[in-house]
Amino acid sequence: MNKTYYTRTHEWVEFISESKARVGLTDFAQESMGDLVFINLPEVDDEVIVDESFADVESVKAVEDVLSPLTGIVSAINDDLLDTPELINQEPYEAWLVEIDNITEKGELLDEDEYKKVLSEEE
Amino acid sequence: MKLIFEKSRSGRSCDILPPSDVPEYIIDKAYTRESECRLPEMAENDISRHYTEIVKNTHGVNDGFYPLGSCTMKYNPKINDEIANLNGFKNIHPLQPEHTIQGALEALSLAEEYFCKITGMDRMSFQPAAGAQGELTGLLLIRAYHEERKDFKRNKIIIPDSAHGTNPATATMAGYTVITIESKEDGLVDLEKLKEVVDDDTAGLMLTNPSTIGLFEKDILEITSIVHDNGGLIYYDGANLNAIVGLVRPGDMGFDVIHLNLHKTFSTPHGGGGPGSGPVGCKDILAKYLPTPTVEKSADGYKFKYDNKNSIGTMKNFYGNFLVVLRALTYVISLGQDGLKDTARNAVLNANYMMHNLKDIYQVAFDGPCMHEFVISIEKLKKEQGITALDIAKSLLEYGIHPPTMYFPNIVAEALMIEPTETESRETLDEAINIFKLIYDKAKKTPIKLKEAPNNTYVGRLDEVRAARNPILKYKFK
Amino acid sequence: MGTYIPNTRDEQLDMLKSIGYEKFDDLFINIPREVYDKDFKIPYGVSELEVRKIMEKMASKNRIFKTVYRGSGAYNHYIPSIVKQITSKEEFLTSYTPYQAEISQGLLQSIFEYQTMICELTGMDVSNASVYDGATAAAEAVIMCKERKRTKVLVSEAALPGVLSTIKTYCHALDMEVIVVPCKNGMTDISKLKKLLDDKTACAYVQQPNMFGLIEDVDSIVEITHEAGAKVIEGCNPVSLAILKTPAEYGVDIAVGEAQPLGLPLSFGGPYIGFMATTEKLVRRLPGRIVGETVDINNKRAYVLTLQAREQHIRREKALSNICSNQALCAQTVAVYLTSMGQSGLLEVAKQSMSKSHYLASKITGIKGFDQVYAGEFFYEFVTTAPVDINIIMNKLEENDILGGYPLIEKNQIIWCVTEMVTKKEMDRLVELLKEVEG
Repeated sequence: MNKTYYTRTHEWVEFISESKARVGLTDFAQESMGDLVFINLPEVDDEVIVDESFADVESVKAVEDVLSPLTGIVSAINDDLLDTPELINQEPYEAWLVEIDNITEKGELLDEDEYKKVLSEEE
Repeated sequence: MKLIFEKSRSGRSCDILPPSDVPEYIIDKAYTRESECRLPEMAENDISRHYTEIVKNTHGVNDGFYPLGSCTMKYNPKINDEIANLNGFKNIHPLQPEHTIQGALEALSLAEEYFCKITGMDRMSFQPAAGAQGELTGLLLIRAYHEERKDFKRNKIIIPDSAHGTNPATATMAGYTVITIESKEDGLVDLEKLKEVVDDDTAGLMLTNPSTIGLFEKDILEITSIVHDNGGLIYYDGANLNAIVGLVRPGDMGFDVIHLNLHKTFSTPHGGGGPGSGPVGCKDILAKYLPTPTVEKSADGYKFKYDNKNSIGTMKNFYGNFLVVLRALTYVISLGQDGLKDTARNAVLNANYMMHNLKDIYQVAFDGPCMHEFVISIEKLKKEQGITALDIAKSLLEYGIHPPTMYFPNIVAEALMIEPTETESRETLDEAINIFKLIYDKAKKTPIKLKEAPNNTYVGRLDEVRAARNPILKYKFK
Repeated sequence: MGTYIPNTRDEQLDMLKSIGYEKFDDLFINIPREVYDKDFKIPYGVSELEVRKIMEKMASKNRIFKTVYRGSGAYNHYIPSIVKQITSKEEFLTSYTPYQAEISQGLLQSIFEYQTMICELTGMDVSNASVYDGATAAAEAVIMCKERKRTKVLVSEAALPGVLSTIKTYCHALDMEVIVVPCKNGMTDISKLKKLLDDKTACAYVQQPNMFGLIEDVDSIVEITHEAGAKVIEGCNPVSLAILKTPAEYGVDIAVGEAQPLGLPLSFGGPYIGFMATTEKLVRRLPGRIVGETVDINNKRAYVLTLQAREQHIRREKALSNICSNQALCAQTVAVYLTSMGQSGLLEVAKQSMSKSHYLASKITGIKGFDQVYAGEFFYEFVTTAPVDINIIMNKLEENDILGGYPLIEKNQIIWCVTEMVTKKEMDRLVELLKEVEG
């Protein structure tokens, strides 16, 4: 199984290869947003940049940016989420948002223990 | 309630028009629609009953206390509506020759004179249709000013984090980058932070005073100086003018451009969400950029002036929500200088009276005296009893009180923003205070009751997630 | 002094004391003294009877014409009594945006009904709860079409001047370039439009019927604009939609327009109401309030403001529009109007207006010097030349209690508009008067 990393802004990253990864929202992120009703995703071939917003998720009364943990090119988006954003609420670690290829830069990535520490600080 | 389309029966109608007295013109089929236009088919009595049912499930200021913070839900005087409905105002065409509309132009001109005097501005345009459009107009004046001076690097608008969402949205629409400054602990503008961000790229500052937490920015003269000294201009968001109308003028505080919400401070009905009116006033330095046309008085009467070459253009077709302006003008003439001052005094008195009588049980967000509104936080009840601002709001519905504004301003957790206005009597305030206390007791003793509220309304709490996930935005015909 | 404050001065002072203040000034201690409580030189207040007289005198200085042949963005249609009665009910007037759905089901339902009616008129998938007027609806629609690489806007020269100038104001602010597509024979020049379309074009705006009353070839406009990957916005007169091909049938992306003809008085230009309808695909770019259907906790059908995460109060500087509310009372007016006229009644309004304007056109153009300027098919406005200075004509009509067509001063032409309000007898009288001018 591939190792999963996390960010301080509650995204997860799973590397498929050295230069390719999937990105999603952590359980904490979906929990604090509540029921998601819509998601804006980038388009395939869009460039994403570390710490810059590449998508946003909407609940009934809030909207949050999703920040990219990586710099690279979007090679796939999870179309299913456009019609059923609740998949993120149901299975946050299955519901990837985008696949990023040609990764040239990585932001600060935490392993599970480090992320747990961040979460306990948030509490 | 059935939808009007469910009540429609094929072939029914009202007899409104006489038969045509000219030969019917048959237009080529290439131009005509194929799809049916399924408008309701109903007799007049059934239409009347339908809307009576609709009205019974609509809550207005006339139904009861409406302390919706930041919206100034004051009483809407009936004389204003009657004036707006005078034949001589209601039935004039916007493109009539000027000599046939001297009364309308006189009204606009007089309104400009009075509202300028009230706000300390030099000129005013009534074209903007609502507060949000007034904001956009105001920022475009600021932009035109800097552009004419070739000061193109000024591309930032500073906005405190307590501001209404409209402010940053407007700045973006006006082509600006938004710089948000964090408020101090006491909810006011942080002068040090302001000094840090004001620069030669600052186009202007947007400020609501009193702020959205109901406090007057006591350092206002210093705030406006800081921005002016750096070459920026200052925008006054008139959302909260009711607190200070007649007592202090934005122009005297150093503001260069303002918008008014005639449907708040100046008593015109909110109409279920509009039409409002958002006139924009400005100092002389910005006057030449105002939307066209302007109204000018000359020896031979009033005239529209269209050839203002520096104008930002038009914000909408024609001259604004004229009938709304008439209502506000009628109100200002009725109240006069003395009545307006009294308005502010009593709006502030009523808010302080409620705050004072609630502060021992509910947590007041910032220390008073407050202005025309105050914010309470339900954070403590949430921790203790799991009761949220939403639960308090929904419980108020059971007592016929429209809840305060919820979850705003964003800088206060579990916020409820209460604005009683000056047109409520002491008895109404006392009754509301008692209900707030009663709900607090319930929250302590039987919190579940609050979670289930409201129980006596036409519908209970709604599934908003479902509405947003799978939007149904029109009737699906059978 | 007029006042709407219930508490007497004594009661006010008593309340002040009860909360620990001596005088009103104590409540305003945070206002710097140098700017506090000045004389701002407007008169003192007056009683209701006095203000009525002042305002009635002003109203009497305006002239109401018995017969109106002027349209050009504001149309004189009949307003049934029930429209005025229903929309002056206090609850409709004095409520605000229905944030609290549990006590606002009536208002919410009526907006939902309005949205449905706009969809029926235009054939489009979704409608918002309305915006300020037809011109701002057009400008907001243009912003909906803006994309990172598409910022150019093409507007037909035959759009109303007020619409064009409003689009320009909004676009200037967002650094979007506006190019006017010239006319040929009073209609949008399709070949010129084709040349102007490119991969930077966000949208093309066309008005139907256009400002000269002519029916545009929207089919071709849609075809070539979509070919270039840009969107089409159609600004339409809602009365005409009872007869004319719908925006959906043309395949446009956004349909907007001024709904004043549907039950709102001329009102010297406002308040009016802009409608906006679009395809399902673009719904999340649609600005303004939108009401949706859902259920309450007991599974009862209910209505609520929805898709709010598009809006300024949530999205703040990232919102596509700053619009807060809608023209709810005007939307209500439109809904009651469309219900009282009904399917057949609206069709009758459209037919009579069209038939009468064609009748008048045939009579006027029989007079020497009054020639129809454009050959294309028109709906209820048409343009003629004039044999003498049009000011002479307008003055003569005014003397006879008639507001003539809209004068195009530079060209010495007149845009005539006829609605169902005008009778054959009145038109024949107009023709007689115009003949006198000729003679």
